[in-house]
Amino acid sequence: MNEPTQLRVTVDRERCQGHNRCYAVAPELFELDELGHAREVGDGIVPPALWEKARLAEANCPEEAVSIHST
Amino acid sequence: MAERPPATDWATDFDHTDPRWVNDPYPIWDELRQRCPVAHTDRFNGVYFPTRYDDVKAITYDTEHFSSRRLVVREVPVKAASPPITLDPPAHGPARRILLAAFAPNAIKALEASTRQICAELVDRIAEQDGCDAAEEYAKHIPARVIAHLLGVPEEDGDTFRGWIQDSLEEGITSYEKAMRGFDGMSDYFREQVADRRARRARGEPLGNDLVSTLLDAEIDGRPIDDDHLVNTLRLLLIAGIDTTWSAIGVSLWHLATHPEDRDRLVAEPELIPTAVEELLRAYAPVTMARLIVKETEVGGCTFQEGQMVMLPFPSANRDPEAFPDPDKVILDRAENRHLAFGVGIHRCLGSNLARMELRVALEEWLRRIPRFTLADPAAVTWSQGTVRGPRRVPVTFGH
Repeated sequence: MNEPTQLRVTVDRERCQGHNRCYAVAPELFELDELGHAREVGDGIVPPALWEKARLAEANCPEEAVSIHST
Repeated sequence: MAERPPATDWATDFDHTDPRWVNDPYPIWDELRQRCPVAHTDRFNGVYFPTRYDDVKAITYDTEHFSSRRLVVREVPVKAASPPITLDPPAHGPARRILLAAFAPNAIKALEASTRQICAELVDRIAEQDGCDAAEEYAKHIPARVIAHLLGVPEEDGDTFRGWIQDSLEEGITSYEKAMRGFDGMSDYFREQVADRRARRARGEPLGNDLVSTLLDAEIDGRPIDDDHLVNTLRLLLIAGIDTTWSAIGVSLWHLATHPEDRDRLVAEPELIPTAVEELLRAYAPVTMARLIVKETEVGGCTFQEGQMVMLPFPSANRDPEAFPDPDKVILDRAENRHLAFGVGIHRCLGSNLARMELRVALEEWLRRIPRFTLADPAAVTWSQGTVRGPRRVPVTFGH
């Protein structure tokens, strides 16, 4: 199986309820607005060194609002 | 509390105030999850009890069939609006929005230093003793003081707050009079607080940035919220912020007092505490919410009849082996933990960031000063019942 060349994280703004788990697990990849709702930083591209953190952010979101896409 | 006939069959006649359920519900829920998995009782005018993670989650998301108008299973329903938690869409969103910024992570970060000071003061005094009651002398005091600070009311009123909450949430399950005594006590208290702020403002005195003061100017759809809304929201913040976190801190210390290997690990690796906090919240989630069924529907193969209640046992969902490997084991460094301790969906616990901070700081300060402690007398541990479950007596001895 080929390794994906690039991973991207996204936060579904409709699903996010501000649990703040993604930001707690991977503050490099997520940011919060003034009400505490999350969004991905910039274009969401995850440097390989942060792939594991991105996976944990996805696995810890109770709303399943965080997803990872291979590009 | 009035004597009630013991439950005969947990699947068809459960009673969440039965002492066996109150003292150790987990084996009962495990059995139900395998057998049912949705229990029912005719007590309390009809209540369903789903036990699986997926079912609890599905019901929590379904605001069309399951209304938040009633949130507590009681003998006699109580009319006590507590916006936003008792609201359904579309009224819910705007009423929640006026509170979100005050409970967002950045705002909570600003409360960490004062929370740490509260914990350190308590633990400094306790650490001089040979032991203490970790629930009564430590856990109980922290959230009441923190929330008083946040609301801008006297910290010394903690005992009064806890009395009202006990009346409204625990005694109030079976006594309408006690429930109303609790709600009315809180309403009168906050009406006075609001009147006091208005009077100070009229005299030209500056107000603080506490929540009672800042919510005076809150607006929904461009109009100021009325006094009933304001008072009911303040009352909710008080109810929701005290015995929940008291329970979470107490049960975490109870766990560490009975699991020396976990206790020693957190003392040796304090950087693990934030991850451990999530696991302790999963394993011992204090809150079981409820909903009123407003339209018949089916979830997980079970029909839910209109007019009855359904409980949302987040602590049972968190022990579902379909959702968590080895769910009955506390694994302090469990990395994947999509637990439901704070609920999900539009009613996600508004204070979750505050609760997490309080629990982390409370454990850090305790373990720093009292690294060795064990449960003195397991038989002396007592548990609260109803919406919030946590230990109310946790006698521990220090030094071994």
